[in-house]
Amino acid sequence: MAPLSDPGTVDPATVGGAAVEAATLTESAADGARTAGTVTFDLAATTVRALNSELHAPSATSYEVLRPQGAHAIAAGVHAPLTVDIRGHAGYYCAGMNDGATVTVHGSVGTGVAENMMSGVVRVRGDASQSAGATGHGGLLVIEGSASMRCGISMKGIDIVVGGDIGPMSAFMAQAGRLVVCGDAGDGLGDSIYEARIYVRGAAGGLGADCVEKELRPEHAAELAELLTAAGIEPTGAYAPTRFRRYGSARRLYHFATHNSAAY
Amino acid sequence: MTGYPPDTASLGLRESHTFDRATIAGIQRAAATGIYDVRGGGAKRRLPHFDDLLFLGASMSRYPLEGYRERCATDVVLGDRNARYPLHLAIPVTIAGMSFGALSAQAKEALGRGASEVGTSTTTGDGGMTPEERGQSKHLVYQYLPSRYGMNPTDLRKADAIEVVLGQGAKPGGGGMLLGQKISGRVAQMRTLPAGIDQRSACRHPDWTGPDDLAIKILELREITDWEKPIYVKIGASRTYYDVKLAVASGADVVVVDGMQGGTAATQDVFIEHVGIPTLAAIPQAVQALRELGLHRKVQLIVSGGIRTGADVAKAMALGADAVAIGTAALIALGDNDPRHADEYAGIGSAAGFYDDYQDGRDPAGITTQDPELAARLDPAEGGRRLANYLRVLTMEAQTIARACGKSHVRNLEPEDLVALTIEAAAMARVPLAGTSWIPGQGGAP
Repeated sequence: MAPLSDPGTVDPATVGGAAVEAATLTESAADGARTAGTVTFDLAATTVRALNSELHAPSATSYEVLRPQGAHAIAAGVHAPLTVDIRGHAGYYCAGMNDGATVTVHGSVGTGVAENMMSGVVRVRGDASQSAGATGHGGLLVIEGSASMRCGISMKGIDIVVGGDIGPMSAFMAQAGRLVVCGDAGDGLGDSIYEARIYVRGAAGGLGADCVEKELRPEHAAELAELLTAAGIEPTGAYAPTRFRRYGSARRLYHFATHNSAAY
Repeated sequence: MTGYPPDTASLGLRESHTFDRATIAGIQRAAATGIYDVRGGGAKRRLPHFDDLLFLGASMSRYPLEGYRERCATDVVLGDRNARYPLHLAIPVTIAGMSFGALSAQAKEALGRGASEVGTSTTTGDGGMTPEERGQSKHLVYQYLPSRYGMNPTDLRKADAIEVVLGQGAKPGGGGMLLGQKISGRVAQMRTLPAGIDQRSACRHPDWTGPDDLAIKILELREITDWEKPIYVKIGASRTYYDVKLAVASGADVVVVDGMQGGTAATQDVFIEHVGIPTLAAIPQAVQALRELGLHRKVQLIVSGGIRTGADVAKAMALGADAVAIGTAALIALGDNDPRHADEYAGIGSAAGFYDDYQDGRDPAGITTQDPELAARLDPAEGGRRLANYLRVLTMEAQTIARACGKSHVRNLEPEDLVALTIEAAAMARVPLAGTSWIPGQGGAP
């Protein structure tokens, strides 16, 4: 790869027999000077492969992605404490399996943003499609707009804060972590939930099997305030923790029993 | 069998084929307990299988190779379509995915040791990768399952290949349930769930639906692992022709087809016995799909479900598989169903040769358990040696047959080398009924 101080062209690589377009590292500033160490990838001129290859073996700590054009797997598999700003809309699995990076999408994202995240922060300025934060083990996913169905499905420790609404079947089989919804939640919320905790400010369309409303005690209000604050939302007034309801597992389906068969 | 006279026929007693003793016992058990039977293993019913095929050894019209002298190669390369580092295996017999959780850590380590000793691969399972398994496995395939229990990108990058699991032969369309008695502290921690609860494994992936999505998921997996690792797609045999085509269209480098004789750690008996198709019926469908795509031998086909002998290996390969995978047979090689545990099997209501309560966690052989005392009975080094021995036998048996058919590589076996003993097997395997040129459903004179 060309040295970052010398904007140039990476030789065309062959990956899996398919020729990959030449990847160009461009400077972020109009005058061609590198700006405060930020490296910019223009996905109209280079490939996701070139971007991810650099992010997996980074030679800088700050990256900017221009014209993402809804491409899939942008910044997937990053495992270093990088800062990545994506200027536009991203496709499926943006920041998938993120482990330590701070990724901000200045637009909306497709299915599976930050799926299986281990650590770090992923922030979506717009809306998110299905399965946002699916199976995430850790880190914080903030969706400033709304998220579609299956938000937080099978979450395993991730924290998710959604500024707007979430779609149906969210937090399905959610194992651990916290899901905060500042708007409404769709039908079937928390179906077959394990130990994850859900906070909803608006209305829940309907609760899934074994998901029940629970008392919001002071310790829950405290963690909710922390999560809102971390997401950039002031936990006061209309967003005060007392305006939220808490949902979690009744733990009635933890052991298979025939008398529960109507619940499955 | 208890309670039945030893020689029923001499007493004039006639057993019903419809209500045989097993069926009667099943009804009685259901009436007594109010719950269906959950067990391990694969389909037990009589099915058209590799036993219903025979090889046509060379004579005048074909020229054999000299046994013990002339070379008959067994190596196989898996996943060289897109991956920078395809798997190069010394033998075409791999170890199928079985989870830590379903199996003890010692058993997983033994599988890795045995596979590595003979230069083949082993596979993780639901619940993630254990250090014991990674440490002892030269070639380790990392399963990517709907539950994503224990799934993390660090282990993904440590793997030698990735297997996206859509289903398994014992239960196509089904998820799983690991019962609480097997959820030890370590298993629970790896899966991020409370210890001791019955643990459901999802039947659908949480972040993709259908082949178009899967293509993008596979792209993501390639991106995360920098296009280094082969991507397998595993399907339970049902609509195999279409599923293989869609798996390939989604980008699979290797397709794994698991027939209904393939085992499970815990599934309803009614599911195991009544859902899916036999391995024998699945292989020609898969091969047809690959041929029509022009990708047979380019996208490799691994077949599993009821592989027991080198003859089975050779027959699967003659039908077009590039390799096979074994699960149940590997556990037996480690010591499962060993008669030396006869008294203990009897003590838990089973018998050596019949034990299938893998879900129960009380395995006297210490393989399908998380009980520390039982698990300690299996010495991973000794288990690995036994498995390696068994894998060598499978390989030598397959070579013996291949040489007899004049093949210098087991992969060169072909359907033309086979005939069927039954009309059913001939129709499913698409080879002629022995002594005829008749392939039912394919035309030709009887």
